Amino acid sequence: HGPYQLHEPGYGLDQPEYSPYEDEIPDPQARMLAIKNAKAYLLKTSTKSGLNLYDHFANILTKILDEQPTNAVDIIENISKDVKCAQFRKKMDTLRDEYQIPPTSEAAEKCKALFVKEHGEEEEELDEEMGQPTLPNVMETAFYFEQAGVGLSKDESYYILLALKNLINVQPIQTCRFWGKILGLEMNYIIAEVQLQEGEEEEETGEEGEETVEEGEKEMGEAEEDEQKEKEAEPPKSTYKPPPEIPKEANGTGTNKYTYFVCNEPGKPWVKLPPVTPAQIVCARKIKKFFTGRLDAPVVSFPPFPGNEANYLRAQIARISAGTHVSPTGFYQFENADNDEEEGADAYEENPEFEPPPVAEMVESLATWAHHVKSILKQGRCVWINPSQKSEENEEEEEEDEEGEEQQEERGPPLLTLISEDEGMKDIPAWTAQASTNLIPEYSVAILQSNRWPGAYAFASGSKFENIYFGWGHKYSPENHIPELPPPAQAEFPSGPGITETVDPTVEEEMAFKAAQEEALAAAEEGEDDEGEDD
Amino acid sequence: SLNCLDWSLLTPATKEMLALAEQVKGRFQGDPSFEYSLSEINAEAAARMIESGKEPVIKEEARLTATIEQIDREVGIIPRGAFVKTPLGSVHENRHFEGLSLVEAKKLSSYFHFTEPVNLKNKTLLEKADLDPSTDFLDSLEHDIPRGSWSIQLEKGGTVVVLRSLLWLGLTFYHVPTTKQFGYAYFGTGEKNLDLPFML
Repeated sequence: HGPYQLHEPGYGLDQPEYSPYEDEIPDPQARMLAIKNAKAYLLKTSTKSGLNLYDHFANILTKILDEQPTNAVDIIENISKDVKCAQFRKKMDTLRDEYQIPPTSEAAEKCKALFVKEHGEEEEELDEEMGQPTLPNVMETAFYFEQAGVGLSKDESYYILLALKNLINVQPIQTCRFWGKILGLEMNYIIAEVQLQEGEEEEETGEEGEETVEEGEKEMGEAEEDEQKEKEAEPPKSTYKPPPEIPKEANGTGTNKYTYFVCNEPGKPWVKLPPVTPAQIVCARKIKKFFTGRLDAPVVSFPPFPGNEANYLRAQIARISAGTHVSPTGFYQFENADNDEEEGADAYEENPEFEPPPVAEMVESLATWAHHVKSILKQGRCVWINPSQKSEENEEEEEEDEEGEEQQEERGPPLLTLISEDEGMKDIPAWTAQASTNLIPEYSVAILQSNRWPGAYAFASGSKFENIYFGWGHKYSPENHIPELPPPAQAEFPSGPGITETVDPTVEEEMAFKAAQEEALAAAEEGEDDEGEDD
Repeated sequence: SLNCLDWSLLTPATKEMLALAEQVKGRFQGDPSFEYSLSEINAEAAARMIESGKEPVIKEEARLTATIEQIDREVGIIPRGAFVKTPLGSVHENRHFEGLSLVEAKKLSSYFHFTEPVNLKNKTLLEKADLDPSTDFLDSLEHDIPRGSWSIQLEKGGTVVVLRSLLWLGLTFYHVPTTKQFGYAYFGTGEKNLDLPFML
């Protein structure tokens, strides 16, 4: 045998003399040769990937011996695959390494902006009259809610705090509060409830007024055209007038008492939500849709929702606030002594003589909590308005409007109602109260969960209290959601012989009919003559 | 357990429990021995039970067990590759699971239901050819009816992917891509969201 041999499968070892189990090596040289051949084969480089089997095995064994995984024989294929992957080097620019930006660091860049402190502009703008905007202490609130088992992670709470600080610096804000977080399909919403400084919010009302004025002008234009067309026969004009639109409440009162800003994530810019109209609230009560996370998404539903997701979000926020914002009884009191009038009942202020009841009492009875947000009437507003009073254009037609316009004046529960008067659904009470811990009563916190809006929580500890919402933004109902049925098809005018079309009688038929009539007439006359003669 | 101190073992759910638990609606009471009176809810079932000699009530414990079983069965999910099936048929954890890549983690098709597959046989032969029988032996989330009943989000700048089920509101699944960490937990009222088709 020479040093050069043809490659045979089996490396020449399966020939009878060279069994690997034999200790006796009859011909050491042949065996050495076989080993060399085997090694040469292993060292043969693959034409595809530039690797060779020898190195690959060496790497695998090194890796296994380094890592010592359990049951290595079962995962040997995966190890082999990993080693091969590790060999792969990305094509790199020979001059400079390409810098790939992982998406994580992009997000981190945005958050970094939150952490940068603004220089210079902080010392001015401290008007004594307006008062300093109060940055809510989100971390403290988060701590208390953590006792309840509710809340966001510390990281997120801190980011929210910084984002709120940014918001306060940018917008003219009087008071600010972290309202909560609403989950969505693609993205979530973080919501801040603010009260803007006065004089800042009249941009919205101008648009609505203009729209109604335009409609009035259009109606006038049509009336003139109709007069000109009187000679031509017209189909009768419909006397249907759509029910007058209920005006939304002015900014700063009722449902629009607070303005809301939302953002998808702390670090993204805050967007202001438009004020809510009663029509939107009424419609939002009838539908139940998930939020997608994009404010401009359309809300496809029946009855059709007047607006896009931003409006739907605002309507749900209004409903949740009205339904679940509570405070310990007595914390707020009415400014005026008499609270029977509706206008006076809007204003409340903190009670300087408030003594917080002990936590145990707050948990036991629900009478220690009261709503401090006005509830929304069926009309969709907090203060009832009579819709037939408002428009002056329809004055001539008011007599025709008597069908069903007599709406009952709606009265909702007055402002500071105790929550013990909230109705439950079936056997489920509207609220569930718990103390955060039974073991340490000195530091426990009273916690209230709403059962009507799952996700709304309130806590009270001494004279500190707060409300918050974490959830999907839907009301709870034990029965399934029943969508509104489409209205019944309008009845057509009943068809009777009076208006049914029939074919006009032809001339022959008319003649025949006339002849028959004359005969009958003649017969009748003869009959009368006969009778007359009989007499 | 009610207070994280005393734990009691729940018996596995039987088919009967599951069927009865579907009838009961409304929140849980919080008391495991509370009995729902079946005669109010469904007179037929109550009559059947009386005939078979049992009381027409459902205990809350049974309802709880059945609900847990339902949740696990319907929305218990795992990432693709976390469990492998051996040629012998047994399924066990893949110790070599390295996590999903960032790209894969955003796709619904890389997550599977962790129960007996129902839809696998209905796939076309072409699709079946692409499957890898050791890892793709479970139903993927893509074909869940109604479509879009999962909400998939990246949190913390993309380091954690969170899936939330819309069918059982409160079921949250998390996974850190390129690592072995994943898991799911349920925090909620224990009621199936039957309004889902209206809400999407």
